[in-house]
Parts: sequence; C-alpha cells; structure tokens
Amino acid sequence: MTTEPTPTPATTGAAADAQGDVLRAEHISKRFGAVRALHDINLHLGQGEVLGLLGDNGAGKSTLIKILCGFQPPTSGKIILEGKEITLKSVDEARALGIDTVYQDLALINELTVYHNMFLNRERTRFTLLSNRSMRRTAQEQLDRIGVNIPSVEAEVAKLSGGQRQAIAVARAVTSAAKVLLLDEPLAAMGAKEGSMILELIKDLKRQGQVSMILIMHNYGQALEVCDRINLLQHGEITFDKMAGDTSVQELNDIVIEEYRRALEERQRQEGQQQEGQQQVS
Amino acid sequence: MSEITERTPEAVSSPGGRAGGPSPLRTALGVLGRQRELTVFVVAVVLLLYFGIRYNSTFVSQTNLSNLLSETAAPIIVIAIGEVFLLICGEIDLSAGFVYTFAPFLMHYLIDFYGWPAWPAIIAGLLFGAVVGWFNGFLTVTMGLPSFITTLGTGFILLGLTLTTSHAYPANVPASSVGIGRWLGAAPWSQFIIAVILTVIFYIVLTRTKWGLHTIATGGNQLGAREAGIKTGRIKYGNFMLTSTLGALVGLQTAWYVNTIDPSAGGYQPMFYAVTAAVIGGTAMLGGQGTILGAFLGGIVLATLINGLNVAGVSANPLDIVFGLAILLSMIANVRLARLRAAGRN
Repeated sequence: MTTEPTPTPATTGAAADAQGDVLRAEHISKRFGAVRALHDINLHLGQGEVLGLLGDNGAGKSTLIKILCGFQPPTSGKIILEGKEITLKSVDEARALGIDTVYQDLALINELTVYHNMFLNRERTRFTLLSNRSMRRTAQEQLDRIGVNIPSVEAEVAKLSGGQRQAIAVARAVTSAAKVLLLDEPLAAMGAKEGSMILELIKDLKRQGQVSMILIMHNYGQALEVCDRINLLQHGEITFDKMAGDTSVQELNDIVIEEYRRALEERQRQEGQQQEGQQQVS
Repeated sequence: MSEITERTPEAVSSPGGRAGGPSPLRTALGVLGRQRELTVFVVAVVLLLYFGIRYNSTFVSQTNLSNLLSETAAPIIVIAIGEVFLLICGEIDLSAGFVYTFAPFLMHYLIDFYGWPAWPAIIAGLLFGAVVGWFNGFLTVTMGLPSFITTLGTGFILLGLTLTTSHAYPANVPASSVGIGRWLGAAPWSQFIIAVILTVIFYIVLTRTKWGLHTIATGGNQLGAREAGIKTGRIKYGNFMLTSTLGALVGLQTAWYVNTIDPSAGGYQPMFYAVTAAVIGGTAMLGGQGTILGAFLGGIVLATLINGLNVAGVSANPLDIVFGLAILLSMIANVRLARLRAAGRN
C-alpha cells in the first residue's frame, strides 16, 4: 500500500485511521418501504486502493454508491472518512469532504462545452463573471496530464464519443481534489478500444496514488485487471471479500453461476406450486 | 427530455463547432453555424429592408420607428428574456401577461387608495411580480405540477383578481407616478432603451455567469445537474420570479406609455408573442438551449411584421392570417438553415 504524503495538520486532523483505511462503511442498511435494498454492509477502502464492487443487477451496488456519495441517506449505519464519522446530507457536502462520484448515467451536460462540464458547479469566477479562459486552460492541462485525448476542450460534450465522455467525467472527479472516487460502471456501453482507454486512465490514477477508488464492474476480467481487491454484493449483502490476486475469473463465475442456479430452482419450485394450485382449483 | 432536441439535426447548432470542409460553400455555412442568432438576424434585416424600401416615407418615419421598437418590440423582448431563461431550464410561464395586467392596478390602488408615495408603489408592483413567480415556482418545483398548468391557473387567478378589484373599468395613471413613468416607459424611446439594457444584462447573465450555466445544465440534463450538486429547484424558482417581474415591469411601462391602466391590456397575447420571439430566435421548446440575443431579434422580427403589415395597409381582419403565415415561414427558414448549418459542419 502506498504511503500517504504527510498531511498538514490544519487540513486533515486525523488522516487515515488505525487500519489505514481512507473510507469505511459500518453496518449500513437501506430500506425502501418494505424492500430491503442493503443489509448490514461493512466495507473498507485503503488509501490508494482500488476496490471492485461486483454483483448481479439489483444486488444493491448502485444504492450503496448513492449512499456513499451523499445522494441518499442510509436507513442505519455509519460512514467513516479518514477516521472520523461523517453524515452526508448532500452530494455537495460529500464532494466538499473529498468523496466524488462518476455516475452510470453520466452527469455531463450535453449542451455545455467540455471545460464547462469539467468545472460544473465549481466554476471559476471574477466579479461574478465566469473566467472562461482560465477554466479552459486548466481543463486542457488537466486532461493532458491524465492522458485524455479529445479534439478540443471547447467542443460540446454532445459531439464526443461515449469513451471520451466517460474520460471527461472521470477527469472531472479526479481534478476536483477527490480523495475517494466512486465509479459506477465506468466501462458500460463501451467498445474494446474505448474501454481500454478508461482502464488505462484508472491504472494511471492508481499509479499516481492520490485517490482511492471504488469501481462498480460487470466484467470480471476487467475488474481483476485494475482492482486491488474484490467485494461481491448479493441480495444487499457483501458475501465475498478477497484480494484480486487471491481470486480468479473462474471463482467469481462459479459464485454467480451458483446464484443463477439457485434462482432458477426457486422459480421452478414456485411455478410447480402454482401449477399444483391451478390443478387443485380445476 | 433534451435528448430529443439533441438528436434531431435541426437542433444541433452551436458556437464552437468545427468549421466545415474546404469548399467555399461549406466554409460559409461553417461561419453561419458559429452564430445561432444569425438566421433570425437575416430575417429581421430582410423584413426591415422590405418594409423600409417598399413603404419608405411612412415606415421609416421617426414616429413609426419609435412605435415599432418601443411600443411593439420592447414589451415582447422584455418578457421574452424571462421566457428564454424558463424555456432553457425546461419550463414555461403562461401567466406573465396577467402579471402585466395586474401590476399597474396594484400601483394605482397603493397610491390612490392607500396614499403610498410613487416609488414604493412601483417597487411593490414589481415585487408583486416576484411573488407570483415564487408561487409559480412553488407549485411547479415543490408541488410537482407541470408549469404549463401551474401558470395557466395563476394566470386565471390574476385575471379574476384584476377584473374583481377594478370592476373591469380602466383607471387613470396616478399623477404622482407620471414623472418616474416618463423615464421608465412614457417617453418615446425609453421602453426600447430599457429593453436593450435588459437584453445586454441578461445576455451576460446567460452566457457569462454561473446562473446562466446552471440554467442550461438544469434544462439539458436535470438529473446530471443535480448530481453535480446544482440546486435545480432554486434555478427554476429564480427564473419564474425573473419572468413574472419582467411581466410586471412591462405592464407598468405600458400603462405609462398609453397613459391609462386598462384591465384588457396584457393577457395571453404579449406572452405568446414573447414565447414566439424566443423560439424564432433559436430557443428550444424542450430545454437546454436558447439565446437572449436571438429572442431580442425575434422580438424585432415580430414587431416589424405587426407594424409593417399595418403600414402596408393590410386590413385588420386578414392581418392575423398573414401574421401567422409569416411566423411559420420564418420558423421554417430557421429550421432549414440550421439543418444546412449542421450539414455544413459534418
């Protein structure tokens, strides 16, 4: 694990906590009415670590991310950032604390330019007017530094490809001085070429070591390629927590196939019962 | 929502796009593409030239031009400024014209029945607009009604309020307000000058401030804007309040200009003219895109048509047929040119 550069006491009272975790979620549960979306989630993220969060659709991955980024509160449980318990009332608040998110549905605004998107809601201004030139220059520098290639920062986001848009969304989060980055399916709907660009970007960020990341992933191969550790979420619970080196695509596949098999059996059993019921009625 | 406007070729028009290929036609179209307002600018110039040359002496006279710009264009432009902000963030205000109707009555009641001095009464008239806007925002943002319905409802309430309190009779403009009114609306060019000043101010607000950027973000991708931490509700509240306040201002100005407070003034017509001006100028009905300069020019186009057709002696009854056709034609020109621009760029 990379050692954190010595923080100035003024900005970070107690940096990473005893276990060296930058972020911990303890006993997080979330209910939507009668639906139990998350149950007693315990999750930890080390400084500079990349954690892959895998799981079936509806297992609660996105709900967990939304809780960690302040979009919605948990029903119960604690979130601990750098050893201090925090209550997140909004995305703004989480961002101010250093937890930033790149969403599945891409929170970019098609109608705005790349650099306006990168500075969205933290625009630079002078006497209330936007400092476009300064933002343009910084955006270009930041994209160059993390190796994102786009035709122009003045291009409208609508004119970019899916991979470029994702890269800009990631770049935006990284450059906002985030300590923890939450990425919801960073490779969704992307071809091999574009996907590999994003994977490279994540690896580069990992090498730079300033940001810790939680990635929601669907492709186990890709997840094992970039992540240090894998957590598997099933029916709202974390059922699996191993270092990437200690597991394999095969093992993950087996777990999921097992889950499918059980779901299939369950359905057949229910259908059987229904048929019996119908036969009894007739 | 904006996805629809995004994907249709005619809506894809923006500054900052790369210029087209090497052919001169493409280059010319590329230049056109840089400015969304250029189409409506061309339409405005063509109309002004047509009426100016054809009906030279009457159309170009000082009185007629001040009529055209101050009396006809300015009210459209000022309300359109508000509607542009609302349309961009995905809403509309149908009630602005009824704030227009009631605001001067409120001023009249406060001065003549309650003995208020002129300035506070005028400010109260404008504040009343802001309150109506807040109420529209409350119903739309907080209660979740579509703004089309919200503002239809508040519009009716305001009309009823005007008719009940005035007993449907016109009133005289309070004498103490006339001096201020000269500056704000009664002098021949004052309305137009104020419209130009407001256009410049809100052009800057839309293109160069956080408020403008966040308004575009709210209409372009509301969820995305919210996830970025933008308070989209507050943006909408603010833009409703802006539109109603501008509606109140136009109502007061018109009262001073015609020197009477008329319960049949305002209503739907100025509001629909304003929305038309905004749309002719290049503002998308579905949010995310719009320009203040375009709305200004759209207002000039409409006013030129209204005024020019009058000067040309088109009689009152078929006037609306011609007017409607002219709106459709300028809109078709707009859509076609935008499509050409998009083609020129790719």
